[in-house]
Amino acid sequence: MSVHDIAVQVNGIRRTGRVEARRTLADFLREDCALTGTHLGCEHGVCGACTVLVDGEAVRSCLLFAVQADGAEIVTIEGLSPGDGTLSPVQDAFRAEHGLQCGFCTPGFVVTVTAFLRDNPEPTDDEIREGISGNLCRCTGYQGIVNAVRRASRELSS
Amino acid sequence: MTSTTAGRFVGQRVERREDPRLVTGHGTYVDDVVVPGMLHAAFLRSDLARARVARLDVEAARALPGVRAVLTGAELNPGLGSFQPTMFQGDAMPAPCAPVRALADGDVRFVGDPVALVVAESRYLAEDACELVDIEYEPLEPIVDPEVARSSDDLVHPELGSNVAMSVPTPPDTDLDAAFASAAHVVSERLVQHRHTNVPMETRGVLASYEPASGHLDIWLSTQNPHEARQVCSRLTGVPEHLVRVRGGDVGGGFGMKYFLQRDELTVVAAATRLGCAVKWIEDRRENLIASMHARADVATVDVAVDAEGRLVAARMDHLEDCGAYPVGGTGGVGPFAAMLFPGPYRLPKMGFTTTAVWTNTCGRGAYRGPWMFETVAREEMMDLVARAIGVDPLELRRRNVVGTDELPFTTAMGMELDHVTPAETLEQAAEIIDYDAFRADQRRAFEHEGRLLGVGIGLYVEPTSMASGALGVECATVRVQPSGTVTVLLGTGSHGQGVETTMAQVVAEHLGVSIDDVVVVQGDTESAPFGAGTGGSRTAVVAGGAARAASLEVREKVVEIAAHLLEAAPEDLELDDGRASVRGTPTRGVTVAEVAAAAYNAPAELPAELPPGLEATVSYQAPPITWSNACHACTVEVDPETGVVTVQRYVVSEDCGVMINPMIVEGQIAGGVVQGIGGVLYEHLVYDDQGTPLTTTFLDYLVPTATEVPDIEYGHIETRSPTPGGHKGMGEGGAIGSPPAVFNAVADALALRGVKITEQPLTPSRILEALHPSM
Repeated sequence: MSVHDIAVQVNGIRRTGRVEARRTLADFLREDCALTGTHLGCEHGVCGACTVLVDGEAVRSCLLFAVQADGAEIVTIEGLSPGDGTLSPVQDAFRAEHGLQCGFCTPGFVVTVTAFLRDNPEPTDDEIREGISGNLCRCTGYQGIVNAVRRASRELSS
Repeated sequence: MTSTTAGRFVGQRVERREDPRLVTGHGTYVDDVVVPGMLHAAFLRSDLARARVARLDVEAARALPGVRAVLTGAELNPGLGSFQPTMFQGDAMPAPCAPVRALADGDVRFVGDPVALVVAESRYLAEDACELVDIEYEPLEPIVDPEVARSSDDLVHPELGSNVAMSVPTPPDTDLDAAFASAAHVVSERLVQHRHTNVPMETRGVLASYEPASGHLDIWLSTQNPHEARQVCSRLTGVPEHLVRVRGGDVGGGFGMKYFLQRDELTVVAAATRLGCAVKWIEDRRENLIASMHARADVATVDVAVDAEGRLVAARMDHLEDCGAYPVGGTGGVGPFAAMLFPGPYRLPKMGFTTTAVWTNTCGRGAYRGPWMFETVAREEMMDLVARAIGVDPLELRRRNVVGTDELPFTTAMGMELDHVTPAETLEQAAEIIDYDAFRADQRRAFEHEGRLLGVGIGLYVEPTSMASGALGVECATVRVQPSGTVTVLLGTGSHGQGVETTMAQVVAEHLGVSIDDVVVVQGDTESAPFGAGTGGSRTAVVAGGAARAASLEVREKVVEIAAHLLEAAPEDLELDDGRASVRGTPTRGVTVAEVAAAAYNAPAELPAELPPGLEATVSYQAPPITWSNACHACTVEVDPETGVVTVQRYVVSEDCGVMINPMIVEGQIAGGVVQGIGGVLYEHLVYDDQGTPLTTTFLDYLVPTATEVPDIEYGHIETRSPTPGGHKGMGEGGAIGSPPAVFNAVADALALRGVKITEQPLTPSRILEALHPSM
């Protein structure tokens, strides 16, 4: 198994590592960087729990090899809040609207919605549902999540 | 809407205490836990549904660098104790349990049956080693169809001598026969509920660490029920119970799947104990879909007799359930429960039933949110089928038969006593919110003018929550005021999305009389929590809530007693609110709970004579046998006759779960269950081919609904106190009980416009097209 040296920025911090070619970005983040907020719900690219930002784009870290991210700037769920106990507008909206129950899918949703509202700050309801349709949640029936996106959109555009 | 019975905290839409850590990625799920020297496990699983193992050679796997152990059934199985949960121990069981073993030995009995366990330095290496295991099978004809299983001479479990796991026959009943013979109408249908399952977003997982020198077994587990896990792990491994610690941490959903510890996790615990090391196993999604547990596989022939006015006269159900090979807990069969609950909220005078559970060479059956819910599926689908057969509107048929509050307490045909329920009120509220009569007019217009197929469906039910069977009837809470006046609550619950850290803090703050910001709930750890039966069976609000309330009131009494002593006042003259006890009418004369706590711990000499120091109480609460809640689901759909696609247009739930602790969380629980029901009827289907090979092994084949498939859900609340001290009723499962028949009936209602009758799930586009165009 070939190994590769990689260097990435993760949440603004430079991280280096020596990884097997087959090592997923998700495992690199979770195990090598100890950033366990990125979750694995299917490992085949459907559930979206492992979504992170790579050079600003929301991607599934289970479908990307760590070596493919060499040189990239990565933001995980841990990098979306200031770290002083306050929440990002999207995170705050998820709490206010009961957009999470077990919380396992939540990091992927929060990352997805953060990128979605950046690109489309005032989406219609149909656009919201379409925008989060690549992420699966089994607890909420999406009710609180859709409301959270509506709320975050209002907060961000006010 | 705020609860009409709201207190300062109980009844309020309090934001969840769990959320700040979970929305920032700082939760601790089992796969996030790392211990020094931890190894990783992977299972080699059978690719065949039924076969003899002709050869199993693991030497090449063992030789792979980084592999620490490869265990087979012959090595691991001997000497292990029981895999069965506590409530399935002993001779009390009405039927034999499945002969569970850690690893298959000599033969395999379903696709996914674990054959070997690899323990290696990484998950990658463990999976590499699985591929190096040399295994040869002699295939046998699998038993896949439950109807075939019932009569086949080929046996899933040869040691049990039969494929019938459980059978409850109907005793002869001439009164029932006479009721059918004299009824104006008898409607008979064969109803099918297809196999689907829980699908928590976090799969199962365990980290077991056994330290031989101390004899301690530490287990981190994705579980709904930590104390039960500790008991079964102790029985299985022989490690004494007090040396076993189970921690739940954050748990990524369960819906019943993680209530009882299953064979795979137990096998990993056994391996860690045998090897004397720390082993982590995180199930992958394929394993979760083929080898964790399946649910809902039911078939029944139901006969319903009504009189000329559409009043129910009698019902008969002949029910067959598929338990798979290794169900979770006993036979996994729930037929008797389904039968007992079949009359539901209706005046049904007579009922007879037969129920049979069979073993098949498929994944075992387990508990999924309302495990007995086929009763509501069968009853509510029959109500619509009867209504159409006799030319009465389905809503009207329910109105003629639903039990009114003036008839309570009401004993059903199966001997269940209903009380403190409001099925008629929820039926009317749901019909009003969805504007039933206006929909009927729209439906007619849309069909006659445009050929569109719109439909409306109802699911009305009573839910037996907090069933107080054995350990399930009791919870225990410790409420501890710390010396600073802040409060720690210890509970034996296993929250996995229900927000127990929030709701139980609301209960304690309410009854103790302190700010909710001063309360923290610690649960899910056997080392700190009093014994409890976890979170499942819609029991936490009633049973844990009852214990938290009782312990809070006991501590409150002591706070008042000490405060009265410090204030030189009579206890009955004090009021305690928001962390401060003061003399009624003289609010300036008071002490804070913090001052009382300081005295209780640090100045025992200042306490009243004979009052022991400290400020905590541990109190158990025994719940009544059943706490009923009820709800009515109503939804409208449109069926596209060209594509067979169903769109759910509106969805309404009218719910009575007594005094709501947190209406936001109540609505969240309803919504989650509703969408599981929508998914279950329209999209989700675990498919086996005739060789017992599962065909739905990824999320590309097993379709969980996304946000684009669900409408905004509308809620109506009716609050009728239960007879428990807090007035709460359970409700966690109800959303998933009422929604399948509501969705099914709505689709059936739409198809009935074209004269088409359906009685089988799932309602996938291809099935609907087949129903609309039988010659295609």
